[in-house]
Amino acid sequence: MVTAVTSFGRSGTSDWLVQRVSGVILLAYFLFIAWVVLSGVDYVSWKALFAQTWVRVFSLMALLSLAAHAWIGLWAVVTDYLTERMMGTTGNVLRISSQLAIALVLFVYVVWGVQVLWGY
Amino acid sequence: MLQVSIYRYNPETDQQPYMQEFQFDTEGKDLMVLDVLEQIKAQDSSVTYRRSCREGVCGSDGLNINGKNGLACITPLSATVKNNKLVVRPLPGLPVIRDLVVDMSMFYAQYEKIQPYLQNNTPAPAIERLQSPEDRAKLDGLYECILCACCSTSCPSFWWNPDRFIGPAGLLQAYRFLADSRDTATDERLSRLDDPFSVFRCHGIQNCVNVCPKGLNPTRAIGHIRTMLLTRAT
Repeated sequence: MVTAVTSFGRSGTSDWLVQRVSGVILLAYFLFIAWVVLSGVDYVSWKALFAQTWVRVFSLMALLSLAAHAWIGLWAVVTDYLTERMMGTTGNVLRISSQLAIALVLFVYVVWGVQVLWGY
Repeated sequence: MLQVSIYRYNPETDQQPYMQEFQFDTEGKDLMVLDVLEQIKAQDSSVTYRRSCREGVCGSDGLNINGKNGLACITPLSATVKNNKLVVRPLPGLPVIRDLVVDMSMFYAQYEKIQPYLQNNTPAPAIERLQSPEDRAKLDGLYECILCACCSTSCPSFWWNPDRFIGPAGLLQAYRFLADSRDTATDERLSRLDDPFSVFRCHGIQNCVNVCPKGLNPTRAIGHIRTMLLTRAT
């Protein structure tokens, strides 16, 4: 079988592990954010929270996890449904263009997220 | 009267498949679905399906019965019929040759990929390769598969990628040889399964476990394969 060059780690085992680990990081991050929001937050305390380096590091970790998690998940979806087998050559065009669009969006989110975390 | 609805398609005469309705008198007996098909075939000999042993051993009559894959010969009407209706279709996802007969080439191609035979590169002993009772017990729940394809054809991942995802039946057999103490090709076998499709298209929805007429658990076997891959790859 030809190596799937658009998969995240070029290996199913690697993708599976990254998907699980990033899932755990995202769960921890969203529980943390939910706890902060539910225990009451205003502009000053929110800004003070994100002024701390560890919160920024944790947020970046969650952001990178989100990008990897989304790529692996959406890659599985497009290689299930947008295939030559399912819709002829249109499938190939749709699949590759979807992958480009998804990669672009995720890249923009990561760079923008870094700017948000360290830019203020 | 039992309402029986059977998927019909003869590529030589039919433009499209259609469902044909039959009225069937069970005479109060709890027949197997295969008995119903046999009696319908006695009325209309053009109804086509595969069958052989009629006792759940050969795996020929895997069919989609009232929406669930199973062997017609060991599925009693009482276990499947609701509202007096029996709908019989071919196994989903494989090309239909005629009526209830599907082309299983893709299914067998996946089975062939996992090299379903013992591989041992050590010199053959004089009599036989011995195995401890404990090692032999590891093959229980794996060797019983009859390759009826009920599991793989109930798996959406196999529907979308029958050419790249091995499917539950093939993977159960892959683990049967990975788990065999007499097989020495474990590394080679695992390296052929590392890609993102062969094993990892399984998302663990367990349709395979739900339909297996032999009560086997391909999802658990796939989990074991994943653990073996992870152990060696980390």
